[in-house]
Amino acid sequence: MSSKLAKIEKRTAYLLILPSVFLVFSIILFPIFSNIWISFKNVELKDLRIPEPRAKKLVKSINDNPTQIKVIYKLRNSSLTQEITNVKFKDKYPDNLEPTNLDNRCQFKSNLLMCKLGNWPKKYRENLEIVFQNTNNQEISKKEIKSYKPKLSGKSQNILLTYEFTLNNFKKVIKDKAFIDLLSTTFYYTFFGTIGAIVFGILAAQMVNQKFFGRTFMRSVLLFPYVAPVVALAYTWELLLDPTSGTLNNLLINYQIIEGPINLLGQKYVTLNILGFDFKLRLALTTVIIFEIWRYFPLAFLFILARLQAVPKELYEAADVDGANPIQKFLNITLPQILAVISILFMIRFIWNFNKFEDIFLLTGGASGTRTLPINVYQQGFSIGDIGMGSAVSIVIVAFLLIFMFIYFKLLGKRADEN
Amino acid sequence: MKIKNIFTYCLISSLFLFSLICIWKILVTLQGIELTNFNFNKLFTFGIILCVINLLIGKKFNLNIKITTLALLFSIFDYFISINLPIWYSFGIFLISLFFFNNIKNYDKNFLSKNHSSQKLFFNFLTLFGITLFSFVILFPFYMMLVTSFKTQALLLLNPLDFSINFAQGLPELFKSYFIVFKDYNFGRYMLTSTIVSLGTVIITLIFAIPAAYAVARLNFFGKNFLSTSILIIYLFPAIVLVIPLYTIFSQLGLRNSIEGLLIVYTATTLPVAIYMLQGYFKSIPKELEEAGIIDGQNWLGIIFKIILPLSLPAISSVALYVFMIAWNEFLFSLMFLDRPNTFTLSRAIQFLNVGAETPRQYLMAGSVVVTLPILIIFVYFEKYLVSGLTAGSVKG
Repeated sequence: MSSKLAKIEKRTAYLLILPSVFLVFSIILFPIFSNIWISFKNVELKDLRIPEPRAKKLVKSINDNPTQIKVIYKLRNSSLTQEITNVKFKDKYPDNLEPTNLDNRCQFKSNLLMCKLGNWPKKYRENLEIVFQNTNNQEISKKEIKSYKPKLSGKSQNILLTYEFTLNNFKKVIKDKAFIDLLSTTFYYTFFGTIGAIVFGILAAQMVNQKFFGRTFMRSVLLFPYVAPVVALAYTWELLLDPTSGTLNNLLINYQIIEGPINLLGQKYVTLNILGFDFKLRLALTTVIIFEIWRYFPLAFLFILARLQAVPKELYEAADVDGANPIQKFLNITLPQILAVISILFMIRFIWNFNKFEDIFLLTGGASGTRTLPINVYQQGFSIGDIGMGSAVSIVIVAFLLIFMFIYFKLLGKRADEN
Repeated sequence: MKIKNIFTYCLISSLFLFSLICIWKILVTLQGIELTNFNFNKLFTFGIILCVINLLIGKKFNLNIKITTLALLFSIFDYFISINLPIWYSFGIFLISLFFFNNIKNYDKNFLSKNHSSQKLFFNFLTLFGITLFSFVILFPFYMMLVTSFKTQALLLLNPLDFSINFAQGLPELFKSYFIVFKDYNFGRYMLTSTIVSLGTVIITLIFAIPAAYAVARLNFFGKNFLSTSILIIYLFPAIVLVIPLYTIFSQLGLRNSIEGLLIVYTATTLPVAIYMLQGYFKSIPKELEEAGIIDGQNWLGIIFKIILPLSLPAISSVALYVFMIAWNEFLFSLMFLDRPNTFTLSRAIQFLNVGAETPRQYLMAGSVVVTLPILIIFVYFEKYLVSGLTAGSVKG
């Protein structure tokens, strides 16, 4: 009896999870694996369009003879790179028409014109001309003939499904001189974005954890940048930071803090003089990181606040009795309590910042030294149009991601053991 | 009383007052009023003097009288060093200084001679300062988004710092950018598309996720542990690595430029987190309730519909809101899959506005307000649900 129940339970369970598993598999896991396939192929954006046989139908009347009409089909292979095999052609005609000069590839049967046009090499073009005669010697209506559209079909090889592979994409990725720069930009962006978000998250959480007027409102406000659409925020920032008409530059000039406008999003380096030393700061990248921090510290704040509110009040009271000062209280009570949250946050944010695409794309488009790996996927795949290269860069990202995840789950497992 | 404490007290409080004044001055400048100097030296010195006076008076007088007098003194001083400013500017200064002196009214000689008082002071001000600064930094871009949408390109070129709203021009003129955005740029249609896509994603995700989450939470089957860990791992895979294969597949299947394609992708990408959040909640429902249901002769479907669903409405609403937010804000896939304007979502439409021919910025910002406002209203209204959704699902972002 119980084994029967268990069987039913099992069957129900599979039934319940199957739709989700199927969907997730086909839209998430399958693409990740097909990335590997594509990355070993020489595919470009223009190859993705499946080659199609096309025909343009022109109808011309013949001089002095309204009972005859000439139809011209301008045939062509839509692909510039691939051939189409076994092209078939079909078109319909009104009643009482007879072709006078039928091409030997074609047949005319019961108002249907059918042709077997064979194989078309790439860039193939041909004009097929047929003259029709009305069998009742009546005038032919051009309009009626034009109203039918020819149908063509043909077989073509899908470049994605061939078994030709190449290592060129990976060679290009690794040999690219900018690759090291790309990696360092990505890590720079990821690391400082994550650290910044966590530091500001701690500060904000510390503040909101105290009682003051408008605290709940403050908590909502702090989450605004995180919940608002990135498109709107990025463009607002772009307008704020614009060198000529941006509010920030105009304000700074107005208050005589700077002399000329600074192109915060368009300038790669800025030289800072601190204590007589010249520092080269990557300006655009820093601006993008600041946007990143501004947008994602609310998340760190939310996590840390939740943890802070769970810290027993007695700990602080005991510290007060011992005469600890606020800094000591923070270092010895608060920090150890939130350390676990911080480490998990760090890992998660690190992974996500590593893959961040929208923010940089919308702010700078990857220009002026802000090109990270995800931006490179887009640029290779869609700006340059080399799908294979884009996939290869995706694979690099996935490889890094797996390493991070391995570390993350090790860390998580260790925490679970400790508890 | 220690000299060091007095010194820190004066320095920090005066600096705090000065920063508050700075924020106020920036906001005033953006109303198109000419103000080119923060007057750091004068205001800072006078602030220190007033702080010392505040300390000396201590609690000898009625505190309300004390703070009002000090605030008045400060505003009069500011009025005399700055020229030709409207009266509401000075009134703002008065309110700010009132707020400031109200905060430091309790500091006197006794307080400063206690242990750690300078550190306590420092932290008090850090909190206050932090709250003001954080709210300013966060709200400022939103504020600019809103006021820019009420201006015109010509006025902004004339004086890029004048964001004052002219109410005298009448409402139709004021909301002109919004009318244009909806009429000429077709934003009504985009908004409809965005709403359909987001609501559709929520509904389909829930239909898929609730049974799956129930199975993971409650039923025993082979591969259960594997499934629940893989949910998390799959969730960590970013959209950018899916984009190229999905683009190629969708191009060949003809699913690009269609709402259906977008719905499929959004549902698949939000499913893992929805399942993860829901199964956690389902586990917290007492098993006895379901056992009672089984005794009453309910099948699994009945259990889900009659017992689990009514009990987990809060969790379901937070998942629904979270998924709605993700779908509404989503940008990458809509950029990749939609290139015909009649299928655009709001996010994609705004990006199209920006990339396309020189769109005047007030239209761009009006569009941004149109896409931002619904989500902020939903967020503020359903904050409780959304925050719990965010915390549970915020591994992604």
